[in-house]
Formats: sequence, C-alpha cells, structure tokens
Amino acid sequence: MSEFEISSLLQAIYQKYGYDFRQYSEAHIRRRIMNRMSMSGLKDVSQIQSMVLKDETIASQLLQDLSITVTEMFRDSGFYKSLRDYVIPILKTYPFIKIWHAGCATGEEAYSMAIIMQEEGLYDRTTIYATDFNQQALNKAKEGIFSNKMIKEYTINYQLSGGKESLSSYYTSNYGNVIMNQSLKKNIVWANHNLVTDSVFAEVHLILCRNVLIYFEKDLQNKVQKLFYNSLINGGVLCLGSKEGLRFTDFYEEYKDVDKKQKIFKKKYQLANALEG
Amino acid sequence: MSYEAIVIGVSSGGMKAMKIMFSHLPKGFKTPIIIVQHISAHSDSQWIQLLNGTYTIDIKEADEKEKIENGKVYFAPPNYHLLIEKNKTFSLTIDEPVNYARPSIDVLFESAAEMYKNKLIGIILTGSNSDGTNGIKRIQECGGLTIVQDPKTAEADYMPIAAISAIQPDYILSLEDIIKLLIKLDKQ
Repeated sequence: MSEFEISSLLQAIYQKYGYDFRQYSEAHIRRRIMNRMSMSGLKDVSQIQSMVLKDETIASQLLQDLSITVTEMFRDSGFYKSLRDYVIPILKTYPFIKIWHAGCATGEEAYSMAIIMQEEGLYDRTTIYATDFNQQALNKAKEGIFSNKMIKEYTINYQLSGGKESLSSYYTSNYGNVIMNQSLKKNIVWANHNLVTDSVFAEVHLILCRNVLIYFEKDLQNKVQKLFYNSLINGGVLCLGSKEGLRFTDFYEEYKDVDKKQKIFKKKYQLANALEG
Repeated sequence: MSYEAIVIGVSSGGMKAMKIMFSHLPKGFKTPIIIVQHISAHSDSQWIQLLNGTYTIDIKEADEKEKIENGKVYFAPPNYHLLIEKNKTFSLTIDEPVNYARPSIDVLFESAAEMYKNKLIGIILTGSNSDGTNGIKRIQECGGLTIVQDPKTAEADYMPIAAISAIQPDYILSLEDIIKLLIKLDKQ
C-alpha cells in the first residue's frame, strides 16, 4: 500500500464525508486501513476506496477504525494524583469552573474528572465540556454504560490516583456492565467537536487532551495547540498525555510547567490582556 | 552497516536477556535497536534510566516524533504501541492491546517491516505468549532478516517456538550467537 494510495483514500473520505484524516500520522492510518481490509476481505486500497464512497456502512466502520476510542478511567494514575495535588488548588480559587475534555471518546476520563470534582467538593460549580468528533463514541459516553471487564483495572487506577471513596460507589453493576451514577452526569455537556476542523467554542479554566495529539502530524499538532491556547483563560491549565509535550510547538514559551513529568502546564499571563483587563 | 535498524521482541525473561545483550555490545555499535519488552502498564521509566547508566550504549524510551538515530537503543513506553513513520521517526498510539499486549511486538514489527523492507533485522527472544509471530512473518515477507532465539536456550520458549512454527527464520541461535552475529552485521 503506497503513500499515494493512502492519501488518495483520505482525500476521498474528506471530500465525501468531511472527516479530515489527511494530517494524521501515516503509520497509524496505514495500520488501521490494513486491519479493516483484512477484516472485510479486501485485497487492495482501490477496492476499499470505491466501497467507502458507495457504501456508508463500510465508510462508518472505517471512520470508527481511524478515530481512536480506546480509553480508561483514571488512565495514568500518577497524572490524576498530580491533578489532585496541583491543579485542584488552582481550580478552587474560581467561583465557577469550566473544563474542556477534548477528544473524550467514550467518556471514561470525563467521568473520572467528574468523580474527582465531586470528591473535592467542586462539582456543583463545574461544567465539563466533553467533546469528540466521533458521534458513536459520544453516544456511548452519554449513556455511561461500560463493560465491567476493565473495572478491576480502573479500580486499581482509581486507588493509585488518590481516590477518597470506593470506585464502586460511583456506579451500579448490571448484567456484566456498570452504569455510572446520574449525579456524575449532571454537569457534563457532551458535544460533537472536531479538533481538526472546528474552532474555539468557550473560554475554559482547564483543558484535558490526553493521547489525542500523538496521532497528528506536527503541523496539525501546532494548529490544535493554537486552539487550546485561545480557549484557555490566563493562568488556565493544559494537561497532555504522558508522552506528549509542547517542545516542538509554537507555544512552548507560553506555558509554565506545573508538573513536567505528568505533562501539566499553566498558561502564562499575557501582558496585553492584563492591561486591557 | 547493511541494515538500517534492528527490532527486538521480548517478554518474560526479557530483562535478563537484554542486560546480557547490552553488556556485550561494543562501543561504537551503530545500528539502532528498537525493542518492545512486555511490561506492566503501571511501571514508570526509572528502569530505563538505570539501564542507561550501566552500559556503554545509549538506552532510552522512544518519544513521540523522535528521530531514530544510529548508536541508540529505544524501548517502547509502557501502555503505548510503538510504530515507525516513513521519515524514520517514532509514532505512539493507545489503540487496543494486540495479543493482550500494549506495547505489542506485532505492531512494532509490522510497521518497521513496511518502513525498512530488506534493511531490517527482526529478532524474537524469550517470552511466554505468541505476540511477535505475525510481525516476524511480515518482516520476512518484506525481505528483512529474521532471527529467533533457539527455544532450548530461552528462559521462556513459547514465543520463539510460536515464531518458528510460523516461519522458517534465517537464523535460530542462542542469545550469545545472536549478539556475535549482530556485531558482525553492524560492521558490514
């Protein structure tokens, strides 16, 4: 499968459906397309290209393949520990708190955030905007019903992250699934937003976007960092995935480290804004 | 240096095998070595820092978008898959585990095979699951050199046996002989 074949398929998807994967990292895209081809018994890319254009079911499958919906509750417990220790005290100073969870997939981390805010006594004055461009994933997130297969792992994550209760107090078990408590859902706004093609929609105090940018090429990473920068208030906090950073973006100088290892950054105050404000 | 990169897949018994390998690699060994070692999702990177101080060769965790350089050893970070891009940089993904593993040997090997074709050496060492079997097969299909640790000499023989049952590797050798071969190939 050549580079040209891949880019022509991505171009076709963009033109027909408006989903833009053209600046995604190629090795990842290649792997996902090859998986889909072998699962659908297709031999070459031209075949999948013509099917994607004609058959919306295959197109929708491929879109699911290309967007990553893998996530965990309290993924990277060290990060959530640091969030409690260093970010919560900052958030406590605001009368109301707006959090943007960008690329929330099926919502496990947005629920994790809601749990933390509840335990810290801040949830009543918090709004969590949990966004993704994958509507199917978003619908699942909104339902808040997850398979209990992973719950043991989540419980370990939760405990290591400094959880104050028992994770099981936040869900009810039902036929191999867990259903997240209604009280966690009340201040989460689930919304379709595409980081590649959509723009700023709110001014927020905290952005979490973890393990999304690793799928993007450098230019696209930079573009999304600009979106984040423009969405954060002065002194707002940006949280990236444990292997992501700002070093190769235009915004490296615009943030201070809150926790270097856990990739938590604080937006520096802009002089111009301070004068105006 | 007729090969541009070495990829290694290793699971249980791996740390001991890797330490033996690092202690025998001579100063100036050029071919970059990229390793998937199955490891707990909760482990941090301290063990890599410890390794790095101990041997002559540079050892580090692979970073997203990092350029692959000669003379370095890279480990896939815990809880991420490691892939290789056309421009010889690393990509990381959190796609679902493959063969219950993340990082998965298959994922690294398949992407390295696409990228390096016949300029790649793929090695399966000790381990107790079958991750890596599809990957080493792909390396062979793309013209790369394939080496499997002799199961009789491996601490856990399941992974080498699985690889050998799927392909006829170019070499089946003890760890010591694999190291000698790598040193010889590095000088070519």
